[in-house]
Amino acid sequence: MSTTDKASAEAQHPPADEPSDLPGTDRADSDSAEAAAGAQLSTAPAEDGPGPVGIGVLGWARWMWRQLTSMRVALILLFLLSLGSIPGSLVPQNQVDELKVADWKRDHAFWVPVAEKLQLFDVYSSVWFSAIYLLLFVSLIGCIVPRTWQFVGQLTGRPPGAPRRLDRMPAYATWRTETAPEQVLAHAKALLGRGRFRTEPGKGSVAAEKGYLREAGNLVFHLSLIVMLVAFAWGQLFKSEGGKLVLRGSGFANTLTQYDDFKSGSFFSTDDLPPFSFTLDDFSASYEESGPQKGTARDFTAYVTFHKGADGAPQKREIQVNKPLEVDGAKVYLLGHGYAPVISVTDPSGKVVYKDAVPMLPFDGNLSSSGAVKVTDGYRNKDGVKEQLGFNALFVPTFAGAGQGTMLSQFPDLKFPVLALSAYHGSLGVDSGLPQNVYRLNTAKMQEFKDADGQLLKKRMLVGETMELPDGAGTVKFEGIERWATFSVTAQPGSGLALGGAVAAIGGLAASLFIQRRRIWVRAVPGPDGTTVVEMAGLGRSESARLPEELGQLAAALHEQAPTAPERPVTETVEGERG
Amino acid sequence: MTPLAAEVNENLAQISNYLVYSSMAVYTLAFLAHIAEWTFGSRSKVARTAAALTTAPAAAAAPAVQVRSQGTTAVLDKPKVVTRSAPGTRDVPDGPGAAGGTAQGDLYGRIAVSLTVLGFLLQAGGVVARAASVQRAPWGNMYEFSITFSAVAAGTYLLLLALKKNVRWLGLILVTTVLLDLGVATTWLYTESDQLVPALHSYWLWIHVSTAIFCGAVFYIGAAGAVLYLLRDSYESKLASGGTPSRIAASVLERFPSAASLDKFSYRINAAVFPLWTFTIIAGAIWAGDAWGRYWGWDPKEVWSFVTWVAYAAYLHARATAGWKGRKAAYLALFAFACWIWNYYGVNILLNGKHSYAGV
Ligand code: HEM
Repeated sequence: MSTTDKASAEAQHPPADEPSDLPGTDRADSDSAEAAAGAQLSTAPAEDGPGPVGIGVLGWARWMWRQLTSMRVALILLFLLSLGSIPGSLVPQNQVDELKVADWKRDHAFWVPVAEKLQLFDVYSSVWFSAIYLLLFVSLIGCIVPRTWQFVGQLTGRPPGAPRRLDRMPAYATWRTETAPEQVLAHAKALLGRGRFRTEPGKGSVAAEKGYLREAGNLVFHLSLIVMLVAFAWGQLFKSEGGKLVLRGSGFANTLTQYDDFKSGSFFSTDDLPPFSFTLDDFSASYEESGPQKGTARDFTAYVTFHKGADGAPQKREIQVNKPLEVDGAKVYLLGHGYAPVISVTDPSGKVVYKDAVPMLPFDGNLSSSGAVKVTDGYRNKDGVKEQLGFNALFVPTFAGAGQGTMLSQFPDLKFPVLALSAYHGSLGVDSGLPQNVYRLNTAKMQEFKDADGQLLKKRMLVGETMELPDGAGTVKFEGIERWATFSVTAQPGSGLALGGAVAAIGGLAASLFIQRRRIWVRAVPGPDGTTVVEMAGLGRSESARLPEELGQLAAALHEQAPTAPERPVTETVEGERG
Repeated sequence: MTPLAAEVNENLAQISNYLVYSSMAVYTLAFLAHIAEWTFGSRSKVARTAAALTTAPAAAAAPAVQVRSQGTTAVLDKPKVVTRSAPGTRDVPDGPGAAGGTAQGDLYGRIAVSLTVLGFLLQAGGVVARAASVQRAPWGNMYEFSITFSAVAAGTYLLLLALKKNVRWLGLILVTTVLLDLGVATTWLYTESDQLVPALHSYWLWIHVSTAIFCGAVFYIGAAGAVLYLLRDSYESKLASGGTPSRIAASVLERFPSAASLDKFSYRINAAVFPLWTFTIIAGAIWAGDAWGRYWGWDPKEVWSFVTWVAYAAYLHARATAGWKGRKAAYLALFAFACWIWNYYGVNILLNGKHSYAGV
């Protein structure tokens, strides 16, 4: 086998297998022939047209629209979208954690005005971020609609006829055979048909095309992106999300007033809250007992009695971190948990004026917690004057031991629970109408209870111990320990649609990336020596790597039915550079 | 009540460590063998690329056509397919590979590949032993991610070799990175084998994390292809424009596949994993929905997964846009991979979000 450099050979010896009656063409000419053969091999929008045509606003508008829906602008917008998402991961976001935003503002005071101006604390709802993705989606729709039409047109069209110069195609094979041209073509058509190519007979040739699913997949993928965006927008408008702390033994009913905090989308209505209620029967937590990760949480479970609807039958359920309870489109998640020391307070007469489990907020991994006990009503001091009492509380489930100098917990479970209280009296300021943090004591209008040394009265207590307030002002008793858990109840309509879109997107993407759209041409014409010259060529999108391989297999199969004719003396073999 | 306290099997954990250390020793030998391969290969004086590019630039423009010239009978078993590169690309043959066609270089190359197979088996054993020691998926912290990551990269490379793909040129680079990754994992990221925090108790751990690691490792191979493409492309364009690259650059780059082949390799790898990466992100969103009550909350890890995804989408678009093919597209691919790596190291270590239980 040897090869010949066609372009140079051509000038001297018009090759015998050249079916064309025209003289050799130059490169530019063949490029355009190739372009014609490759026409409509995809529906990608044409590159950059000329500048604005026509006059006035309409010409410009049309030009701008064409720019916006071009691949180049889509590419640039995609790149901008990826760059634009970055700041939101470096600067804390209001949407994610408002406390962190506040901390950041305190630490970077200088940058705050700039950051505010650039909406850096709300990147994903900022004007500029929205502009990028909205433009991208306008571009996408502007791109997808015409492409879909074009594709429908292509589906009903036929593969274009064989270009004159098949040897200019990316993959090419040729041989001589004694089988008659019509027979070769009939074999070729059958062969390609069996390979599920769409075939179209031409004059002395067969054209075939395959892989339309690639384009379909690509369109499905891009359409699914639009579906997903719509689903997200829908979800944002109708979503609701509420949080609730529930003590062991207490319950929760799904009405707005019961929530500790509640956020919802603009179109949400309270009627959308599905009716249900549950009681937290028990809560269990287990932790790593030893090793370097001692204290790391291993398992949390909330055991609840659940009632569906206004008066459904009670059902026992478990809620775990990865296993929310699902009710009518809403999900109840277990978010956090902690301890609530049970505290009772007596007045000077010994009457119990307060007894409650007071939830403490954990502030480290070992559940060291802080909180406040507020006795708002019912207490009168020795002189019979109404007063309010307040206690700052620190609770540790596992105390390090006296003399360790720390009131930080050593382990998250209840191994050595200790409660430390400091006592105040006066006005809690709860009647002032200002919202109050239930976990914090506002001591602005309170006086300290003093101990024997004239210091703030403090005591560390074990369960069952009592702190005496000075001068017989009463007692405070650490009665026991309850647990609490926090739940979040969320409803996100549209997530089913988003999931459907996502699945379709992956399917479309896979079809689009793994299927090759390609064309094969077979030409069989009588050669000058009386045998038949068979030429086969393949063309795909630029990435079609398997094309030569496939052409080789098809050629081999056709070759079996139209084998190479015995050799006759040849004259025109010229040694080419490609060896 | 909790079956969880599945005890950590200290023995197996120890065995896992021994396996990982042994694999590092074996990879080091593979590294040395590759160095030998490249050294012996440099003695070959083939210089095909330079010949192809400098002697006959017209050759690229000319189609090569098969003409009948076989003996007397129809012994031809298969018509030969002639390929022609797209207009505008250089028509350069692939380099001969690291061994440069020398027998000695080739011998060392084969030794290196065999050692890589052994190293991979030891490493994979280490990952499995780690999983067995805790009876869970071995992806609970960065140490575990890292040893799995390079095992997948090595495995993918070996699989491509087994499928007779032309990837031996990748050997030295791959072994070097695997060693670096394992070095970082064992010295800085090492975490004792242990149970998981509750948020990780989910079958999504198997699905989401395994695909994430897999995608990263394969994207790595795509990125390596893109870097080499850029180097080789500068080398080729220098030759084509009549320049002379430095001796060492010429000797090394000459032996790699042509820029066009590297570019295609990188594209195919990236395009093939992109749908899986899309799936990974969606699986992550579903898991987040179950674990935290929201599917998407712009947590740093989520942001960077999104950035990586969009960057790869931009890359795929660039490939289909005239004027953006070639080098510009390769830069985009590298940007996208840089985002992936940052998401893995940077976000885990520097930015803390909900994902930071991963444990350094
Ligand atoms: C939301 C933003 C978009 C994303 C995430 C996206 C993503 C992708 C991806 C991943 C591919 C690769 C699949 C393939 O090669 O077949 C692709 C291909 C494609 N996209 Fe987009 N795209 C977006 C917007 C657009 C827009 C606005 C246009 C129109 C200008 C467009 C036109 C195309 C075309 C024509 C292809 C096929 C390229 C080819 O045949 O190789 N896309 N897109």
